[in-house]
Amino acid sequence: MPAVSKGDGMRGLAVFISDIRNCKSKEAEIKRINKELANIRSKFKGDKALDGYSKKKYVCKLLFIFLLGHDIDFGHMEAVNLLSSNKYTEKQIGYLFISVLVNSNSELIRLINNAIKNDLSSRNPTFMCLALHCIANVGSREMAEAFAGEIPRILVAGDTMDSVKQSAALCLLRLYKTSPDLVLMGEWTSRVVHLLNDQHMGVVTAAISLITCLSQKNPDEFKTCVSLAVSRLSRIVSSASTDLQDYTYYFVPAPWLSCKLLRLLQCYPPPEDGAVKGRLVECLETILNKAQEPPKSKKVQHSNAKNAILFEAISLIIHYDSEPNLLVRACNQLGQFLQHRETNLRYLALESMCTLASSEFSHEAVKTHIETVINALKTERDVSVRQRAADLLYAMCDRSNAKQIVAEMLSYLETADYSIREEMVLKVAILAEKYAVDYSWYVDTILNLIRIAGDYVSEEVWYRVIQIVINRDDVQGYAAKTVFEALQAPACHENMVKVGGYILGEFGNLIAGDPRSSPLVQFNLLHSKFHLCSVPTRALLLSAYIKFINLFPETKSTIQEVLRSDSQIRNSDVELQQRAVEYLKLSSIASTDVLATVLEEMPPFPERESSILAKLKKKKGPGAVSVNELEEGKREGGELNGGGERGDNSAIAASNASTPSPSADLLGLRTGPPVTAAAPSAGSLLVDVFSEAGVNDDGFLSSAPPSVVSEDPATPLPESNELLNKFVCKNNGVLFENQLLQIGIKSEYRQNLGRMYLFYGNKTSVQFITFTTTVTCPGELQSQLNVQSKPVEPLIEGGAQVQQVINIECLTDFSDAPLLNIKFRYGGALQNLTLKLPVTINKFFQPTEMASHDFFQRWKQLSLPQQEAQKIFKANHAMDTEVLKAKLLGLGMALLENVDPNPENFVCAGVIQTKAQQVGSLLRLEPNAQAQMYRLTVRSSKDTVSKRLCELLAEQF
Amino acid sequence: MIKAILIFNNHGKPRMSKFYEHYTEDTEQQIIRETFHLVSKRDENVCNFLEGGLLIGGSENKLIYRHYATLYFVFCVDSSESELGILDLIQVFVETLDKCFENVCELDLIFHLDKVHNILAEMVMGGMVLETNMSEIITQVEAQGKMEKSETLTLLFIWQSMRQSQASRFSSKIS
Repeated sequence: MPAVSKGDGMRGLAVFISDIRNCKSKEAEIKRINKELANIRSKFKGDKALDGYSKKKYVCKLLFIFLLGHDIDFGHMEAVNLLSSNKYTEKQIGYLFISVLVNSNSELIRLINNAIKNDLSSRNPTFMCLALHCIANVGSREMAEAFAGEIPRILVAGDTMDSVKQSAALCLLRLYKTSPDLVLMGEWTSRVVHLLNDQHMGVVTAAISLITCLSQKNPDEFKTCVSLAVSRLSRIVSSASTDLQDYTYYFVPAPWLSCKLLRLLQCYPPPEDGAVKGRLVECLETILNKAQEPPKSKKVQHSNAKNAILFEAISLIIHYDSEPNLLVRACNQLGQFLQHRETNLRYLALESMCTLASSEFSHEAVKTHIETVINALKTERDVSVRQRAADLLYAMCDRSNAKQIVAEMLSYLETADYSIREEMVLKVAILAEKYAVDYSWYVDTILNLIRIAGDYVSEEVWYRVIQIVINRDDVQGYAAKTVFEALQAPACHENMVKVGGYILGEFGNLIAGDPRSSPLVQFNLLHSKFHLCSVPTRALLLSAYIKFINLFPETKSTIQEVLRSDSQIRNSDVELQQRAVEYLKLSSIASTDVLATVLEEMPPFPERESSILAKLKKKKGPGAVSVNELEEGKREGGELNGGGERGDNSAIAASNASTPSPSADLLGLRTGPPVTAAAPSAGSLLVDVFSEAGVNDDGFLSSAPPSVVSEDPATPLPESNELLNKFVCKNNGVLFENQLLQIGIKSEYRQNLGRMYLFYGNKTSVQFITFTTTVTCPGELQSQLNVQSKPVEPLIEGGAQVQQVINIECLTDFSDAPLLNIKFRYGGALQNLTLKLPVTINKFFQPTEMASHDFFQRWKQLSLPQQEAQKIFKANHAMDTEVLKAKLLGLGMALLENVDPNPENFVCAGVIQTKAQQVGSLLRLEPNAQAQMYRLTVRSSKDTVSKRLCELLAEQF
Repeated sequence: MIKAILIFNNHGKPRMSKFYEHYTEDTEQQIIRETFHLVSKRDENVCNFLEGGLLIGGSENKLIYRHYATLYFVFCVDSSESELGILDLIQVFVETLDKCFENVCELDLIFHLDKVHNILAEMVMGGMVLETNMSEIITQVEAQGKMEKSETLTLLFIWQSMRQSQASRFSSKIS
C-alpha cells in the first residue's frame, strides 16, 4: 500500500488544479486564479463559520496559487486558526501554510507562538514535531525569545522520543544561527556532545549538524567532541556493510553521517592525544584503502556514497596538512579521479586539488598533473569543470611553470566561455606579474590579453601594466616598441589605444630614432584611432598629444592644427573641449622650459598592493583569495617594482611626507597617494586622464548644487566606530564593504578645509537604483563642522563605481563624526546603512617643527591640569618603532627627532587649524616594551582637544 | 546548509519550492527562474554541480541537481555540504517519493503538494538534514497517513480515475 493515500484528496482542490492546468493562456490562468481568490476571500469573510475541512481545502488552494508565483495577502488568520485544531490533518496544513508563507516579522507571530507552546507541551510526538518544524522554518527573533530556553530541555530530556530529539536538535540549530545571543550555553551543552554516542543514528545525524555549528563558534567548550567523533567514525568505517542495516546506503555504511563527522573534525586541529590521533589516521587510511577496492555495486549511488566520504577524508587530510604520507596518497587518489569517466568526480578532484596545491608537502605532487589539467581545460565539455581546471592551474602555478600555464590560459581565452573570461583575464594578469622574470614577457602577455580579450580587460589590468612600465626603466623602450607594433593592427581594442597613448606619450622618444616609428608616424598612428574611441580615451589621447609636443617639438604644428580643429575645440563634450583649449593655449604661450616642467615624465608610483589582486578578491568574494596569497602578491609586487619601500606603513609615511594629491591616486583606492608629485599642476592634469572621476573632481566643472544637509536620526552600524578608528592615521582606503557594496575613500586636508572622495562600487551584476546618500552632522557637530556633499548618480550599474565629493570645513574643534546614510534598492529590496565618516579632529593638523628647547618650553606653558590628557594602555599591535613612526606621521603632527632625552619615546607637535581658532598640541608617547604598555600624554591649549586626541590615539597602537 | 530546494519541470514551471532563508516572494520567483535558466541549458551527462545564480549568493553557493524525466530537482547549498552527499540525498528524496506515491510522476507533485512538503520535512529541517534513512522516513509518512485516514472520510476516487487518464502522457521512471 502506498504511504500516501490518494483516495482522500479534496475534490474541490483537484478540480481547481485541473482547471488551471487546462488553461490555454497565461491570461486565462490569471483569470481563473483571481476568480478562485475572490471565492476564497468571500468564504473566509462570510457569516457562516467554516468547518475545518473547508478551511483546509481553501488553505491548500492558496498554497498552490502561491507556488504559481502569485502574492497571497490573506488566509493567514485562517491558517493560524487551523493550528489550534485537534485534528492532525488540519493542524498540519496550518503549519505548512505558515512555514511557506509567513515571514519572520509577521504580526501573527504571537498567536502562532501560542499554538506552538500548546503543541510543545502536548507530549504528542507528532504535534511536537510539527511545532518544532514551524519554529525551524520561521526562525524569527520572537520565536527565539519564546522558545530558546525550552528546546534545549526537550533535546536532552531522557524521556524525549527519538524523532522529537532529531527535530529539537535542528530547531535549536536554526535558532542559534538567527539569534545566537538568545541560546544560552549551559548544563545541556555537555549532554549535547554526548548525543554523538546515541544509539539512534538519526539522532546522531541531526545532532552533529548542531554540534558542528556550536563548535565553530565555541571551539574550546566543545573540544570533547573530537574524541567522541573519532570513535564514532572508527566504528562506522570498520563496520561491515550489513551492520548498520537501514543506515547502509547502497552497501556503504552511514555515508551521510561519516561525511558530517569528517566535517566536524575539520573544525579542530589534529587531536593531541596520541591514541585518538592514531585511531583517526587509521580511519583515514581505511577510507583511502577502500577507494582502491572493487566496487560492491555498479550503481552510481554506491560510488557516490563511497566517494563522498573519500572527498571529505581528503579535505580533512588537507586541513591537517601535517601527515606527508597521507597527503601524497590523497594527491594520488585525486590524480586518479582527474581521469575518471564520471564528470562529477573530475570536477571534485580539480576542486580538492586546488586546496592541496597550497600545501608545501603536496605542491610538487600536484604539479605533476599539469598536463592532465591543461587537457581538461581544453577538452572538458562542461564549463563548470573547465572553470575548476582554470582555478587549479592558477593555484599550481609557480616560477617553474608560469610561462607554460600563462600561455595555455591565454590560448584558452580565445575560446573561453564569456561567463568566465573576466576572471581568467585577471588571473592571467596576476600570474604574469607575479612570476615575471623578465618584463618584456610581462608586457607581451598583457598586450596579448588585451588583444585576445580586450572587452574583459578591466581598468585595473591596464592601469597596472602602465604602473609597472613607468616604474621600471629597463622595459620602457621595449614597451613603447611593442605597443607601437600592436597599434598597427587595423582593428585594435580601445584598451590597447589607451595603453598605447599613455606609453607613447611618456616613452615615444625611446623609439623615435627608428624612421619607421618617427614622431610623426607615431602621432598619425595614434590619431588614426582617435575617431573610433570613446570620450575618456579621446581625453587620454589629447593628453598624449600635448606630451608629444614636449617630447618632439617638430610635431608641434601638426598637433596644434589638430587641437585647433572644430571637432576638438568646439567639441560638444565639455571635457574634450576644455582639454583642447587648454592644451592649445599651453603649447602656444608656454616657454620650452615651462612645457618641459609641466609635461615632465611621470614620477614612479609608490609600491602598493596590486589593484588586480584586489579586484579578483572582490570578484570572488571575501575569503576566496587567501590572505597569504595577498601578502605574497604584495611581496612579489615589491620585488617587481624594485622599490625599497613596501607595505602599508611606508605608504602612510609617504602620504604624509608630501602634499597629498588624491586625484593623482589613480591605481587603487587602498593605498596612499604617490611619494612625490613633482609639479602638482602637471601631476593632476595628466593623471586625471585616467579616470572620469578625476575629470569631475576638478570641482569647477561640476555645476550641480550641493545637496542639503538635513537632520536624520539614523543610527550608524555597530562597527562604524571601529571603521572610524581605522582612518585616524590614514586618509585613503576601503571604508566599508559587504556582499553588495564597497565604499572606498580618499581624502585630503589643507588648513581647516578638507575634501573627501567617496567611491561607491557595486559588487553585484545587478544595478542599484534610487541610490541616495546623505551626510548629516548630529547634535552639536552641526555648529562645529560644515559638510557639503555633491549629489550622487541615482543609478549604479552592476560592477560600476560612482564617486561623490564631500567638502568639509572645520569651524571649531569637535569630537563626533558626521554620519553617512546610504539608501538604495537592490533587486527590489531596500538597503539602508549608516556609517561614520572618518573625519577626526587630527585631520586638520598642521605639523610644527621645533627644537628640543622650544618643545619643553611650550610643554611647560601648557601646564594647566585640564590642558593635559593622559592614558596608559596595553599595546594592541606589535611595538615596532617604524610602524609607530608611520602612524604618528599619519596623525598629521610633526614627529620631532632628538627632543626627548629617552630615544625610545616619541614626541610630536602640531597645530590644529579651525576657522575659529588654532589649537597648538604637543604629544608624547612612551612605549614600555617589557610590559607591552604605552603611556600617552597630550597637551593642548584647549582641553576638549587634548581629551579627544588622547581617545583617538589610544585605539591606534 | 541547504539554502533552497526547488523542483521544476522541463519548461520551468515550479512544482515545489522550499526556501530555508528568507527572501521576498518576488525574489523567490526570480531565483526559480534564474536557476531554471542555469540548469536547463546544460547538456545531459555533464556534471551535476555548478555555481549558484547571483540572486542566491553567487559562487558562495552551489547548485546540485538531478534531472529525472520531466522534472529537475535542484538543491542550493553552501560550502559546508558535501556535493556527492547532497546528490545522494536527492536520490533518497526521489526514491522516497516513489515509494510513497507508487511510481511517482509529475502529477503527483502537482496534486499533492502538501504531502511532498511533508515528506521533505521528514528529511530536511531548517536547511539541515534531519534523517537519511529511507525506511524511517517512510514509517513517519505512513503514520501520518494513518492518522489522516482516521480523521477524514474517504472521499471519491476521482483522483485515481483522473490520474489514470492523464498519467499516460508523462513517462517518468526513476532509475
